[in-house]
Amino acid sequence: MDKHILLRDLDVPNIHELAVYSQHDGYVAWKKAVTSMKPEEVINVVKDSGLRGRGGAGFPAGVKWSFIPKDVFPKYVTVNCDESEPGTFKDHQLIRSNPHQVIEGTALCAYAIGANVAYIYCRGEFREPARELQKAIDDAYAAGLLGKNLFGGNYSLDMYVHLGAGAYICGEESALLESLEGRIGQPRLKPPFPAVSGLYSKPTVINNVETLANVPPIVLNGAAWYKQWGTEKSPGVKIFSVCGHVKKPGNYELPLGKYSIQDLLDMAGGSMTGRPIKAVLPAGSSSPIIPAANFHAKLDYEAMAAIGSVLGSCSWIFMDDSVDMVWAARKMIRFFKHESCGKCTPCREGTHWALRLYDKLLSGKGTIEDVNLIGDVNKQIIGKCFCPLGEFATSSMTFTLKHFKQDYVDFVEQKKGGSEVYLQELARDHHLHELHSGVVPVNGIAVH
Amino acid sequence: MLKDKYKDQIAALFAKYPPERKRSAVMPLLYLAQEEYGYCSEDAMREVADLCGMDPTEVKSVVGFYTMYYEHKVGKYVIDVCDDLPCVLRGADKFVNYCEQKLGIKAGETTPDGKITLNVVMCLAACDRAPMCQVNTDYHYDLTPDKFDKLVKELRSK
Ligand SMILES: Cc1cc2nc3c(=O)[nH]c(=O)nc-3n(C[C@H](O)[C@H](O)[C@H](O)COP(=O)(O)O)c2cc1C
Ligand code: SF4
Ligand code: FES
Repeated sequence: MDKHILLRDLDVPNIHELAVYSQHDGYVAWKKAVTSMKPEEVINVVKDSGLRGRGGAGFPAGVKWSFIPKDVFPKYVTVNCDESEPGTFKDHQLIRSNPHQVIEGTALCAYAIGANVAYIYCRGEFREPARELQKAIDDAYAAGLLGKNLFGGNYSLDMYVHLGAGAYICGEESALLESLEGRIGQPRLKPPFPAVSGLYSKPTVINNVETLANVPPIVLNGAAWYKQWGTEKSPGVKIFSVCGHVKKPGNYELPLGKYSIQDLLDMAGGSMTGRPIKAVLPAGSSSPIIPAANFHAKLDYEAMAAIGSVLGSCSWIFMDDSVDMVWAARKMIRFFKHESCGKCTPCREGTHWALRLYDKLLSGKGTIEDVNLIGDVNKQIIGKCFCPLGEFATSSMTFTLKHFKQDYVDFVEQKKGGSEVYLQELARDHHLHELHSGVVPVNGIAVH
Repeated sequence: MLKDKYKDQIAALFAKYPPERKRSAVMPLLYLAQEEYGYCSEDAMREVADLCGMDPTEVKSVVGFYTMYYEHKVGKYVIDVCDDLPCVLRGADKFVNYCEQKLGIKAGETTPDGKITLNVVMCLAACDRAPMCQVNTDYHYDLTPDKFDKLVKELRSK
């Protein structure tokens, strides 16, 4: 691809500024839609483009919009900028470096479904980039691109940023809505789906930041233009966040289905350490790990499914052969135990017990029976949870065991546990746990 | 009282949500309270509850659920270093060791002068620039011991 469609800051300096964005087709699609297109026409072009949700599940965006009932008011758009999956940092770059395209895409979605209010839910840790996003929104208001009676017609749109406060689960769409309504972020029972009963029990579309950033160029240039990239089932372009043991970590925008995992690794400069790459997590901690033997697979939804993994949020964590999968799996379990919202027992207790098992292994006291127990703990979680987080938590265990069982066996047999580094790591986590639960105050100041 | 001191700001916060949905403002109001008082004290939570027509215990459960609200006093500057998997692959574990040594405290603790709290946190969506941290939610990237020394010096002099 000669030019970026999403990460346009790489081609156009200062595109985060309204004046620069406007000089580069900025808000042309928006004006065109509001002044000359019917809402259904906007839905149809997005549907025809085949654009799939970029937040993880890959649901076709236009189809989701078409589920919104016409005769219920008000309706809402909620943008998912919770971006908390370890290894994901694409939405972060988008709202910082190309915020107007996110705003324009959100606006187009609102117009298409007949919403007059949109909320952009940013994770609390995004306070700094959210400030820049807010500035872009303010500029758009000042330029008459948001607000009342846009372009002299009778369509009005307000857009607000809402900050979360640190909770991975709020990226799950129904938990996000709970959070936006001022409650703790625990998922809701579905159905009803948000399209029917979402924010404030009204019809609501929830889309990822990147999904919506694709919309302005699609509305401007048409569905056929967008489909020149990608495959039939995975049309268009996608941002790949690449990190871990690579020389050039960062965001890479690529057409879907064209390159392989190996190509992606090569683009990112190959191994940073000079050691061979052993495996990659394609969608952060919640995804099935892919051993290097499968690096020939193409980067699209179908090919990832074919090798037993997912494209998901597209956060590629490469690991070289120095990484022990027992250690890596523990790190991921620690994450999910920390982030379990506590609503259902299999996830809350299951992640707790899983972490205890891994802690035992890391401490050097683990046995092969403990390794076998991991599968049992998994069985208590899989298929028994209220939301996908519980399931995500098991994938780090299931798939490291599936592809790297030898790491576990060696870990126990060669007594790799109990090393100074591991003990230090365990001690740190233990100390934090005690502080958080108020067991030990420090300097008279206990930290939450 | 927040209500008097930040009258306009609070009105602007409520204006973002439907008038009958005051509760939606609880999170931004808690941030406001936390900035004013340094942490979400019982009194602060009661004030916020009053403002958005909630029960104080409900506000407390919100504070308890989200990691970014502090229920206890913390340092003037909170340094959150990410020690999640991707960052550790790029040296964050050794970096945290250095931070602890430099500040003379363990992760989770606050320096005796009450100035700096050191924390380790989960992924902050900047894994390509590890080791990284946030100081009161402002990002600092590509950290080295030298850069950390400078950062600490700057914070101490503020
Ligand atoms: C535990 C969990 C965490 C999630 N985190 C995010 C997230 O941070 N950002 C996101 O866009 N979607 C996230 N999702 C997916 C959302 O629930 C939802 O599918 C998505 O926002 C829909 O937008 P899309 O169709 O544009 O992808 C998460 C899902 C789960 C179960
Ligand atoms: S699976 Fe975990 S995160 Fe999801 S509702 Fe149950 S406890 Fe909460
Ligand atoms: S793992 Fe540290 S910022 Fe993502």
